[in-house]
Amino acid sequence: MTSPHNATTRSLVAENVTLGYDGRTIVENLSLDVPAGKITVLVGPNACGKSTLLKGYSRLLAPTSGAVLLDGADINSLPSTQVARQLGLLPQTPIAPDSITVSDLVSRGRYPHQSWLRRSTAQDDQIVDDSLAAAGVLALAGRRVDELSGGQRQRVWIAMALAQQTDVLLLDEPTTYLDIAYQLEVLDLLMDLNRTRGTTIVMVLHELSLACRYADHLVAMHAGRIVAAGTPSDVVTADLVREVFGVEALVVPDAIAGTPSVVPFSRHHRPVAGQ
Amino acid sequence: MALLIAVALVCAVAASLAIGAAQIPLRTVWEALTSYDATNPEHIAVVEKRIPRTVVGVVVGAALGLAGTVAQGVTRNPLADLGILGINQGAALGVVSGIILVGATAPAQYMWFGVVGAGAATILVWFLASRGREGATPVKLALAGAAIAASFSSVVSGILISDDQALDSMRFWQVGSLAGRGYDVLFPALPLFVVGGVLALAVGRSLNLLALGDDTAHGLGLNTGRARVLSGVVIAVLGGAATAVAGPIAFLGLVVPHAVRAFAGPDYRWILAFSAPVAAVVILVSDVLARVVARPGELQVGIVLAVIGAPVFIAIIRRGKAATL
Repeated sequence: MTSPHNATTRSLVAENVTLGYDGRTIVENLSLDVPAGKITVLVGPNACGKSTLLKGYSRLLAPTSGAVLLDGADINSLPSTQVARQLGLLPQTPIAPDSITVSDLVSRGRYPHQSWLRRSTAQDDQIVDDSLAAAGVLALAGRRVDELSGGQRQRVWIAMALAQQTDVLLLDEPTTYLDIAYQLEVLDLLMDLNRTRGTTIVMVLHELSLACRYADHLVAMHAGRIVAAGTPSDVVTADLVREVFGVEALVVPDAIAGTPSVVPFSRHHRPVAGQ
Repeated sequence: MALLIAVALVCAVAASLAIGAAQIPLRTVWEALTSYDATNPEHIAVVEKRIPRTVVGVVVGAALGLAGTVAQGVTRNPLADLGILGINQGAALGVVSGIILVGATAPAQYMWFGVVGAGAATILVWFLASRGREGATPVKLALAGAAIAASFSSVVSGILISDDQALDSMRFWQVGSLAGRGYDVLFPALPLFVVGGVLALAVGRSLNLLALGDDTAHGLGLNTGRARVLSGVVIAVLGGAATAVAGPIAFLGLVVPHAVRAFAGPDYRWILAFSAPVAAVVILVSDVLARVVARPGELQVGIVLAVIGAPVFIAIIRRGKAATL
């Protein structure tokens, strides 16, 4: 298996960044170190700025003030292909061209390593095969992407990000639209990646209890700022869930993983008086 | 497949040299090429008329095939072509302006106005589509193109209605044709075709990434803004030059990339490489048809292509191939 170098030394830091669209500020003066070699999960209510922050980290959005630093250098002033060799991105809704095959799609992940002079080589093909195998989709290599199930398709996109061979991988809601089995499959795959290769992972997730299971470092956001950050058991409390999501909840240990598990109240479902 | 296309191209060229108002046997065509006899009227027809017309057809066809492919790739819109993006209408407005402002009459004169008009339309469409938060998205590009196309063609109509002389010069230009287009028109535009062709082949890699969506393309290290600008230059240069030489030719740039995609797959480097020769074959065959269906007169190739292209266009939409790209 081809392993990335310096996997645990790559640093990704947001320094006092302000991010927004058309002059409307979403994230203001936010600083966050992404721990190298760990899984960081961003959680928070809709429109709290977590996806915007991820866009800032992946240079899809340039900060209006402050800077995102990759190994100490401003990510927006580095050459785009150089960044792409160190930092991979899986957007929320990537587009698969009509009738493209799995192996063709995954091989496009090699783009930042190629140039006009250096085209696809045997080494590239090997890396593509390794990536397909690591994501568990080698058997699908010749299939068309539009024939696959949602979970298979998401693993193919992750394989493409693996072929990019970056030390840092950013994912925006990688489990959205997937059923529970596929959600676990995708999250387990990302955890494998982190544990075996030391890839730094930053992702946005909605399901709090799953986020607690898989995160080494959990960042809770509300209204464009960070409310709490740390290990899931330090961060996720009933008070935090109330403050961030405006929801009353019991926070109990996950019977399987031991991490916090959030059991929310709702209008029709409240604890019986005296309990 | 490459061999098949090469054979088709050779056959189309041979047909284009042999078939016309007068049938000329292939043997005579061959003799005209190898042992030219300046007193033989058939030899003169081949060398003076049909060879230039065929060469223009190949160059214009290849250019439109490439421009159409790039237009579809960069807008991620399977229905994009020079008409939808307003490029044809930009070229038309340029030509009309040339005729009115400086009294240009010969194609070699108003050609440059066509290229400038096509370039201006491209920039304008780009500028309009870039407004707002998401930048120049495929849908906004198509909408801006349709708006520019509509407004430009009404300006052209307005001018032509009020100016008899311009109307007369434009009459033969308004529908695409290869007739009477010779080296005098082609040679001045040749550098544009060469530059545009080389650039078109160079943007194939970028189009492959843009096809994955802007965010993914960006994440893979593509400078999406630069790739779009370069693609816009290709479309304006090739589309503008082809339109200026032969007049607006619809459907070729739209239909050919779809046909090529069916056998070449989704890799734009291959689609581009095949689109040029396939489009050349289609335009030559259409031109030969244009010469024989209305004997002793002839139709214009733009009309034949519209007649062939419209049903194909409808078939593409009905088969649902156009849903996503």
